[in-house]
Order: sequence, then C-alpha cells, then structure tokens
Amino acid sequence: MGLPPYATLGQRIWYYSFRVICGLIFFFLVAPIVVVMPLSFNAQDFFTFTPEMLRLDPEGYSLKHYRDFFTNPQWQLALKNSLIIAPLATIISVSLGTLAAIGLSQSHVPFKGTIMAILISPMIVPLIISATGMFFFYAQLGNWMEATLGLDKGFVGYVKVVLAHAVLGIPFVIITVTATLVGFDRSLTRAAANMGAGPVTTFFRVQMPLILPGVISGGLFAFITSFDEVVVVLFVGSASQKTLPWQMFIGLREQISPTILAVATILVVISIALLTTVELLRRRSERLRGMSPG
Amino acid sequence: MAETMLAADGTPLKRSLARALRRQKLRALGLIAPLLIFVLITFIVPIASMLFRSVENQIVGDTLPMTVEALADWDPNAGTPPSEDVYEAMYFDMFLAAEAKRHTRLGTRLNYEQTGVSSLFRQSGRALDDIGKETQKPLEKLDGAWKDGETWHGIFNATNDADTDLLDQQRKRVAALTGSSASGEVNFAPDAALSNLLPRTTRAYTAWAVYTATQQGRDPATRDPWEAVATALALDLKTADLSGYTGPAADLLTEAQTADLPVPAMAGAFEDMDEDWAGATVWKTIQTHSSTYTSGYFLNAVDAQKTPDGVAWQPEEKQILLTLFGRTIWMSLLITFSCIALGYPIAWLLANLPMRQANLLLILVLLPFWTSLLVRTSAWKVMLQQQGVINDVLVWVGLVGDGDRLIMINNQFGTIVAMTHILLPFMILPMYSVMQTIPPSYLRAAKSLGATNWTAFWRVYFPQSVPGIGAGSILVFILAIGYYITPEIVGGTKGVFISNRIAYHISSSLNWGLAAALGTILLAAVLVLYWAYDKIVGIDNVKLG
Repeated sequence: MGLPPYATLGQRIWYYSFRVICGLIFFFLVAPIVVVMPLSFNAQDFFTFTPEMLRLDPEGYSLKHYRDFFTNPQWQLALKNSLIIAPLATIISVSLGTLAAIGLSQSHVPFKGTIMAILISPMIVPLIISATGMFFFYAQLGNWMEATLGLDKGFVGYVKVVLAHAVLGIPFVIITVTATLVGFDRSLTRAAANMGAGPVTTFFRVQMPLILPGVISGGLFAFITSFDEVVVVLFVGSASQKTLPWQMFIGLREQISPTILAVATILVVISIALLTTVELLRRRSERLRGMSPG
Repeated sequence: MAETMLAADGTPLKRSLARALRRQKLRALGLIAPLLIFVLITFIVPIASMLFRSVENQIVGDTLPMTVEALADWDPNAGTPPSEDVYEAMYFDMFLAAEAKRHTRLGTRLNYEQTGVSSLFRQSGRALDDIGKETQKPLEKLDGAWKDGETWHGIFNATNDADTDLLDQQRKRVAALTGSSASGEVNFAPDAALSNLLPRTTRAYTAWAVYTATQQGRDPATRDPWEAVATALALDLKTADLSGYTGPAADLLTEAQTADLPVPAMAGAFEDMDEDWAGATVWKTIQTHSSTYTSGYFLNAVDAQKTPDGVAWQPEEKQILLTLFGRTIWMSLLITFSCIALGYPIAWLLANLPMRQANLLLILVLLPFWTSLLVRTSAWKVMLQQQGVINDVLVWVGLVGDGDRLIMINNQFGTIVAMTHILLPFMILPMYSVMQTIPPSYLRAAKSLGATNWTAFWRVYFPQSVPGIGAGSILVFILAIGYYITPEIVGGTKGVFISNRIAYHISSSLNWGLAAALGTILLAAVLVLYWAYDKIVGIDNVKLG
C-alpha cells in the first residue's frame, strides 16, 4: 500500500499522518516495557532518569538492584517457589492435557461439546472467581490432607498451589494440541499398527514427534500462566508459597522498591525468549505439515 | 430377503461395526477421563462450592438449634419480646456455643444484617457464666457431693435403658457447632428413665459430656460439669415428681428439691446482661435469618437486605455495591472503546502491509502480550507516578510546572490507561485475523466506481471488519470486568472494580457469603457474554498468539 505517484496533497498528508498515529500507538504499546529496562540499572533508588543517567555517565548506572534480587532472601524464596511450582504445574497440565486432546480429536466422541466446555472453562472464568471458589474448597481439601493423610503443612501448601495452577494451564494445552492434531494424518498411525507397532510405540515413535511442537508451545503457555499467576496463589497459598509475582505484587502495593524493575527486566528477557521459541516452533510445525511458513 | 452381510470372523457386519465404534468411543473417553476428572475436582467443584456458599446459612441453626425451634412460634410483629421458653433455649444454646467459642462467629454473621449484634454476642458470652453460678453455688453448699464429677456421672449414666437417641442428637449438635467430628468414645450414655424425669438436665449433661469427651479428650466421669447443668437441674426440680425415683443418689436429688434452689428468670437475666435482649430487634434478626438457605447475601450484593418486614434497601451509607457494579461496567466499556480506537488503525496497518513488515510489527504487539502482567503494571506505576517518567518529561519540556505535577495514578485515569495497554493485544489480534481475509481489491473497486476514500472505507471496508471488532470487544470486555491486579495497584479508591471488593471480603472483612454472592453474579454476567461470544464468533476460533 505504498503511495501512488499521482497522490494529491491531501492524500499525502493523510498517508503520513496515519503512519505517525500508528507509530504513536506502537510507542504506547512498547514504551512502558522498554522504559523499565534502563531504569533497572539506576544507581539511585529513584524510579526516574537521574541527570547522570541522561548524560550517559557510567556513575549513574549500577547493578545494585540485580545484586539485591540475587541476595535478598525474600526474593530468592519467591524465585525458588516459582521455579518449583511452575514446572510441576506444567508437567501435570501437559501430560493430562495431551492425552485428552488426542482423545478429543478422535472422530466419535460422545458429549464432545460439553466436555470441551468443561475443559476450557478455567480460561473463561475470571481469575478472581476461580480464586474465590478455590479459596473455599482448597482450604477444606488442605485440612483434610493434613488431618486424614497426615501430610506436612508446607507440603500441602505446595500441592494446593500446584493443582490450582495446573488446572489453569490446561485450556492452553488443549487448544494448542488439538489445533496441531487437526492437521495430523491418521493413516500414519494405521501404517504403524500395520507394521506391528503397539499403541504405546505408535504414540511415542510416530504421533508424538509430529505433534511435539504443539505440545511444547502448549506447555510454554501453561508454564507462563503459572509463572505469571498471582490472584489464585494469593488466595490459595500461604506466605511460604510466595511466588515471584506475589512478591512483586506486595512490593507494588506497599512500598515500591527498585528491585522490582530489575526483576521486571529479567522477566521481559525471559518472555522474549519464550516468544521466539513459540514462533520458531510454529514455523517448524507448519513446515512439517507441509504448509508454507508464514 | 437379502442375506445379512458377514464380517471376516462370521459375525454380522452391522454388529461388528457397532462393536468397533463402541470400542473407539470407549478409547476416546478413556483418554479424556483422567483430565476430565482432574478438572472436575480441582476446578468445577470449587466453583460449585462458591455457588453453594452464596446461599448457605447453616450457621444460625447450627449454633442456636433450640432457640431457632422455640422462636418459630413467636410473632415478630406483636412488638413484645418472646416468651421465657425462648430465653431458656437461648441460654442453653449460647452456653454451649460460648464454651466452644463459636458464639462470636455467629455474632459476626448476624452483624452483617444488624449492626451491634456482634458486640452483644461477645459480651453476653462472657456474662453467661454468672447466671449459672447463682444456682451452682447454693447447690454445692447444700451438699459437697455436687462438686464431685462422679456424683453427676453416677446419676445420669444409664443403669438399665440408655437414651441413645438423645446421645446421637447431642453428638450431631456438637459436631455441627464445632464443625468437627464428634463421634469418638464418650464413656457416658444418658439414662432413659432420667431423661423422662429430668429432661433439661439430662440433655445439658449429655451435651457437656459429649463436648468434654470428643472435643477436649477428657473423661466426663471424673469431671465437674459446667454451670448450665446446675441451672437445668434447678429448673427441672421445680416441676419434677421424684416420688417414684429410686435410682442412684435419690436422697441427694430429693434434698435439692426440698431446698427450693433459686432459679434465674431467664428473660430478666438476659436483660441484665444487655437491655438489647429485652427488645424485639435482636430476636427478629435471629428469626429472619434462621433458615438453612438464604437469599440474604445476594440481596446484600445488590445493596438490599432481608428484614423481618420483607426486602428493603440498605441504609444510604452502606449502598456502595450497585455503584461499584455500575462503575465496573462503565470503565470496562471505556477500556473496550479505547482498545477499539487504538487497535483498529494498527490492525488495518498490519493487514495491509507486506507480510515481512507486518510480521516484524506484529512482534511489537506480541511482546506486551507475552510480558508478565505484573511487569506491565509496575511499568505503568513507574510511568504515571507524580515523580514518574511522564511527569518528569512534561516538566522538562515545560508543559507543566514542577509544583503542579499531574495526578495520573490511583484514580480512574490510571486504571483505564494501564488496562487499555494490557488488553490492547486482545483487541488487535482478532481484528487483524478478520481484516486479513478482506481482499484489498474491494476498496480499489469502490474507488474506481467513484467513491471517495471515506465512502469506500465506511461503506465497503468497515462493514466487513465488524466481526473482528465484535470478537475483540467481547473478549476485552469479559477480561476487563474480572480484572483484579491492575486496578488494585493503579486504581486507588476511585478506580477499583467489583473484583477488588470480592478480594476485600475474602481477605479483610471475612464476609465470605457476600464475596461468594458477588462472585456468582459476576460469573453469571461473564457466562452470558461468553454465550454471546460463542454465538457470534465460536469458541473454537479462539487463537493464541
């Protein structure tokens, strides 16, 4: 949609002002995220650019907020909890979700619509409502596990948060894996069976490698859901299950400390890495299924 | 007649096919079943428990079972306080509840309906012991044996027939009151003959024995019962006919009866504790809210309340929730419109640029989409603060004086800006996918037929992009009305949503019934919107990234 050579002055003005408007909107989208990054290297405890920073004086920059993040026990506990909870929740949602997605993609599934609605519901229901419901039910569940099964209080706390996060990640796994299975050629499994492979061998040697990109990107969605989740963990967890977003939330609500900006920068870098991975996987999946990349 | 077709193994083909189909269905269900059960237990049941909480009201009947029963006959509109029976039932109910430290919970519950009940219950729970002491002391003075737990146990423990119904009833009562099991060994069974002769005392002693044994793990045979049992004995002895009684400690009981122990007038005693008990208001509140299920929380959620005279509005100063619902909807609409206004040009640009450039620009849209919500919210806090980046730039440029920096955070403006930014990708992506399908030749055709740029856009392009706007709008609106984190951080007091109120009732005011009712209303709204979304767009068309 380049500008034709015969365009009138009005058209030229509109063409360029439209580009400027779009540029401003893109600026609005990206600026807040970009601004956080240099500010995290601030040598002062301010949330704005100091004169030293604007002069690009090395004195104005420092890594002290990053040092604080890696040495402060509160932040380290939060990081450790996030790294325990998110992978466990992801494993549960990916393993159960992939199996169910394969079941759902078969040709004759009774009550398919109802089942799909139930499995997708954790994504539809607003988090605050899921959190409220889980708050009531998981407290009883936790008491039961402690009293009847005699489990340790801290362990039960982790179980509750992992279960809650796993169920929140399931819709993403279901959606991505069923989307991948739409293009899956069923005759491949029949061919494998013809050549004497059992259902388990067929699954791991034929079907799994082909749907793996979808499974991984579903897993990444589930991981980021858990890693980024704060409402449910606030309601279901206790202080010893404090995750990274929880710690950030406390910091933002009470007294905002510049360490948050360092954490934010690290998280942005992680999300760029994840975004790249998902995009590469999508292209690979399309190439494998014989569609053109794009 | 045509011969039935046979499969290779000789069974009719029809049956063979049906069997294969059934096996296939079972296999599919078998693969789905683990996840379905997992989601049902970890998600659907919790949501159902929230729905149940919003109407559940067993606490009144569990804490004051006899009072609720006695109050059923009382006419609240007569303007007189209830009869002595009700006060007596209240005394025994409240005594047990106070021992179990459960009366304050009921006080808090009823305080949602009638301010002041909470402190009334707390005070009365403390003062209740004094009523019983008035009879317990003279009784123990009469004969030292009454101080001995074994005397009481000897009298009331079953010698021949045990009244097992009474024991089960009291077990249930204690279990409902404390919310824990009361099924352990008690080492006591009420005597059936005494249960007829001294009904109040046997009941009070059984309740005490069950509580002592199952909740405190002590042996009732060796311990002195609490004051309420002595009060019950004094009440029973006023009317009981002991002439035919030959059981254990008959002489002790006869001696106590002839001594004519002082019996507290319950109505008067309650009035002495607090004069509110003599009025009808507290009793009306208890009676109105004594049903097991209540619509009270839902009425509270829409600023109304259940009163003895029917449904009425809350007092003016307590009416905040309807305003909050209105504000939630209004601000979500504003956010949706801001998203349409900002998202439409971007989607149009992306759809009309060559693929390579569009993909590059799409990354700028996806980056915020993938960035942590907390990161984006903290970024806006940094940007919008009075000492923040935007104000600094404005001061530096000279648009704003250093003294009067703009207040852009902790108000509605802050919430709307931050949430528009957070939800904008959810608007752009559906719009983009719809606009990609509109052939650019349509616009050129319109122009070559003489339409101006504006007419071509408005009459030809825009109507075809409406499905994208619809899909994006519903999605953004649904996400917006349930938001909690961002309004909590940048919204201050004026920019918060109904979800912040739910969180407040869960974690601060502990009015869980109201939180559940608010959540149920919000859930219903969201489900209706999703139903509309499914009709217009189809849930299957939800795409990620």
